Amino acid sequence: MEILLQQIINGLVQGSIYALVALGYTMVYGILGLINFAHGEVVMVGAMLVLSSLTAMLGWGIPPVLALPVSVMLAITGCMALGYGIERIAYRPLRHAPRLAPLITAIGVSIVLQNLAMMIWGRDYHSFPQLFANTTHSFGGAVINDIQIIIFIMAVAIMAGLMVVVHHTRLGRAMRAIAENQHAAQLMGVDVNRVISITFMLGSAMAAVAGLMVSANYGLAHYYMGFLLGLKAFTAAVLGGIGNLRGAMLGGLLLGLIESLGAGYIGDLSGGFFGSNYQDVFAFLVLIAVLVFRPSGLLGERLAERA
Amino acid sequence: MRHTEDILLRTSRIGKKFGGLSALSDVTLHIQRGEIYGLIGPNGAGKTTLFNVLTGLYQPSAGEFQFNGAPYRAGKPHVLARAGIARTFQNIRLFANLTALENVMIGRHVRTRAGVFGALLRNRATRDEERAITERSRELLSYVGIEKPGQTLAKHLSYGEQRRLEIARALATDPLLLALDEPAAGMNATETASLKTLLQTIRDSGITVLLIEHDVKLIMGLCDRVAVLDYGKKIAEGVPEQVRKDPAVIAAYLGGGDE
Repeated sequence: MEILLQQIINGLVQGSIYALVALGYTMVYGILGLINFAHGEVVMVGAMLVLSSLTAMLGWGIPPVLALPVSVMLAITGCMALGYGIERIAYRPLRHAPRLAPLITAIGVSIVLQNLAMMIWGRDYHSFPQLFANTTHSFGGAVINDIQIIIFIMAVAIMAGLMVVVHHTRLGRAMRAIAENQHAAQLMGVDVNRVISITFMLGSAMAAVAGLMVSANYGLAHYYMGFLLGLKAFTAAVLGGIGNLRGAMLGGLLLGLIESLGAGYIGDLSGGFFGSNYQDVFAFLVLIAVLVFRPSGLLGERLAERA
Repeated sequence: MRHTEDILLRTSRIGKKFGGLSALSDVTLHIQRGEIYGLIGPNGAGKTTLFNVLTGLYQPSAGEFQFNGAPYRAGKPHVLARAGIARTFQNIRLFANLTALENVMIGRHVRTRAGVFGALLRNRATRDEERAITERSRELLSYVGIEKPGQTLAKHLSYGEQRRLEIARALATDPLLLALDEPAAGMNATETASLKTLLQTIRDSGITVLLIEHDVKLIMGLCDRVAVLDYGKKIAEGVPEQVRKDPAVIAAYLGGGDE
């Protein structure tokens, strides 16, 4: 029972991070019908920017209370610029090209970013500095620490904010209109390129926050971390129904739970043959199962929710 | 002869080629402020192509046009929308999964300001603007005669209502020129009659109307002036009675077999 509760907590925390990243995939897909495979690398760049700026500022003797917000803002700004740049350079010139073309440039951008990050930050793991005493709370035999609580609350708040933007503002209306019919939206005076740029920037800002969360949660960041995380978040988006915002959130949380519960029980179930190091397998089993049995995802049919 | 300021739209020798096929050639016409201008012609005459050029969906292969005193050539739909040209489509192109009200609110997009930060911060100005947009959009829904609640999804409206919703959405952009591509297509006689009344009301409110229509009776009874296109060329222009008697028009269109 303690294991169950513990794995649910871990799964929800990890899942809320997946959800943030999955939203980035699904927003772009909803508007452009394009899978931005470079999105995982944006998360990695976000994590790296937070870590390196934070470490530098702490080294200069700047107190954590000031250093953390500054480095987070820096990472968000940096990732927004990166997201904008990726769209301008790799996708916009191919807007009317066959669909395979932007997929290939996406993979290209992803490789370039990984290698740039390796050149800038090296091949080593970077550790997240300890900023405050990360108190652990225990209840019902399970434990949760401050960082996990903060991650979960932040993720939920950001997702709620995004829903408000998409469903109750002029910008969100423009995004949904473009998703429905790009030509008609243009004729209503919606500057499609601008809204697409903003969509990429919003997604990238969330990716930066997700990067911060991952590195704070595991205490580590690495130039290659975006690859697996990106794939899993993509899986989460597909699970929920790609192009569907609520689907991405649901898919993220579910995937986190499936992974965490799977990792928690696989040892017992296989008589110790498999260990929790098989955790990653679950995400991709889910991906395969969804693609085979329900390619439109859990909420995929409800196109009205597309953004 | 009228003054130049009275002319809202003037095209000069507009041409459009698709590959080797010439869809429009040397189309020169002008539309005066406050009139209902009809564009007729047999199928494939180039009416919709001309529409697409004027609304920025197509870039003309030759020529240019002046709208409200400024020249336009490059196809940038949102710029033309801002300049004051709004349109509807021959085949309805609403945002099917947005509500009726939201469809109209999108039309207000071009006349409102709130940017990303306003949207994120939800400050006073943004909220006031949203309220104004909503209010104006509700007015427009009832102006075009849609009685169903604004929360109805566009795809759940009847065909005639969808056509009216398209007009409301176009009007929301505060256009100087409202361009309608076959608004009466598929409508029954009653719906057509009330559409006619609506278009007259719109004209009387000071908005210039450009109308493509197959329903010759509607065109003749509604338009102040009419131009006839055939094989991408303008073959006649003038008041309806005059155009109706034009031998070239009779040959090409009115007397031409199945129409």
